[in-house]
Amino acid sequence: MEEELDYIKLASNKSKGKRPYFHDDHAVERVLNITMAIAGELAVIRERMDSIERLLEKNGTVSREDIENFVPETPEQEEQRQSWHSEYISRVLRIVQQEQEEMENPDKSIEEIANDINEM
Amino acid sequence: MAKNLTPVWNKVAKHAMLPETTHDERARYNFLSNLNKHLAHVSHGTKTAYETRVVPKFRKKHGRDIQNRTELKEAIEKDPHYQIWSSLRRSTMEMRQQAGRSLTLRQATSLRDKASALNEGKSTLVLNPEVKVPEYLLAVDNHIMPGSYHTELLEGDVTPAANYDSGIFVTTAGLIGRYNDGGGKAITTWVRQNYPEFKPKRILDIGCGLGHNVLPIAKAYPDAEIIAIDTGAPMLRYGHARAMDLGYKNVTFMQMDAAKTIFEDESFDWIQSTMFLHETGGKSIYNIMDEVYRLLKPGGLTLHIEQPQYTDDMSEYEKFMRDWDALNNSEPYWSKMHDIDPVELMAASGFKKEDFMQIGAKAENDLIEGGVNEEEPEDFGRSPIWNVFGAIKK
Repeated sequence: MEEELDYIKLASNKSKGKRPYFHDDHAVERVLNITMAIAGELAVIRERMDSIERLLEKNGTVSREDIENFVPETPEQEEQRQSWHSEYISRVLRIVQQEQEEMENPDKSIEEIANDINEM
Repeated sequence: MAKNLTPVWNKVAKHAMLPETTHDERARYNFLSNLNKHLAHVSHGTKTAYETRVVPKFRKKHGRDIQNRTELKEAIEKDPHYQIWSSLRRSTMEMRQQAGRSLTLRQATSLRDKASALNEGKSTLVLNPEVKVPEYLLAVDNHIMPGSYHTELLEGDVTPAANYDSGIFVTTAGLIGRYNDGGGKAITTWVRQNYPEFKPKRILDIGCGLGHNVLPIAKAYPDAEIIAIDTGAPMLRYGHARAMDLGYKNVTFMQMDAAKTIFEDESFDWIQSTMFLHETGGKSIYNIMDEVYRLLKPGGLTLHIEQPQYTDDMSEYEKFMRDWDALNNSEPYWSKMHDIDPVELMAASGFKKEDFMQIGAKAENDLIEGGVNEEEPEDFGRSPIWNVFGAIKK
């Protein structure tokens, strides 16, 4: 009998070479990685919910096997599901987008605007 | 797909070797390919950060412009947008590897058994345990893929290839087609259009991996004998089994080092490599090209699909961003190969400079209507737009 691989541990192995860190504080990067992994798992659950809803709508009942085999059945369904991922990611990474907008169009602070408005 | 969304993972072509996936494993791949696509937009912000913050700050401090990639790296590394984009991208690539390995490794034994059933007794798979994995492959795990192409977790392992085959869709956000063969298809179309009279009898694909890019060539030239070589046994086992299941009869997969093949002089009409040379090494690349020259018949064609070379008119920023992928997605030789002049590389092996050719190629993608990918924000090193160089041996 062949020994089973410890695939759970092996799947998360690191690759060769020192891991690059980009934030000044490695702890930030560690937390970011954990957060993004959780974000991914929430997306997985949401896609599963969507599958269950569609199966229930269509069949009035659902089995685990139905869920495991479910794939979107029409281009509309594909689009709806991918749009959800796209919207979701955009929501999770909102602050990054907002900072990007700020860079592209640097703004006054609200305090400065308050002073401006005071003169209007 | 509207709004430039990525295709769903289940559009990937099914064949006997493709790992089975649970609902959630497919969903995880869908999340990751969407995240990858999103990051291309975040990458655009890195350029803005460079122009609006990094460069002005450097000028203020030094009274002059950034002059090289070392200075650029030092300056940009302090920028918060660069930091978040970089850490998100690295994290996404690590998650992609984790997702692919977790679904592949849990079925390592059944994948191995499927491959061995398809491969058994076939003369078109020639493994040679005497072949040494080249040092340049042992030195790094390309694409931060733990264990790289060659590591066997069990006897007869095929998991490195199964992980690669199922997950490259995610890395490229679905831009290279249902069979991951957008590069092979593009080169086949180009050769047929430009050399309609070319009837190669014997074709060699070097560094074939799991053979995804050689199959379109095999399909286009069904009467040709095609040999695909690689040093990674797991890739060849999987690739051969995959080709068998897909009905290809004219491709022989052989375990061999591209720098030291066993073939006779001038025995091939066409020698092809696709995204291979940048995963070799600074000395090996010349040895491999010597071998290509030796093996090619007079009048034979050789083509190599690669990322663009660095040219003098390319900005330091673009060079830096291309290096980013090479270094942080672990394809380190790529950051060095960028500076090689392909004309010199080929000339060093005996090709004549006047016979050198260079073309652009864009992936053909059967996952989307029309087969041509929409315009995307420039995402250095990720866009399936390639540089192809080569020559006809005179």
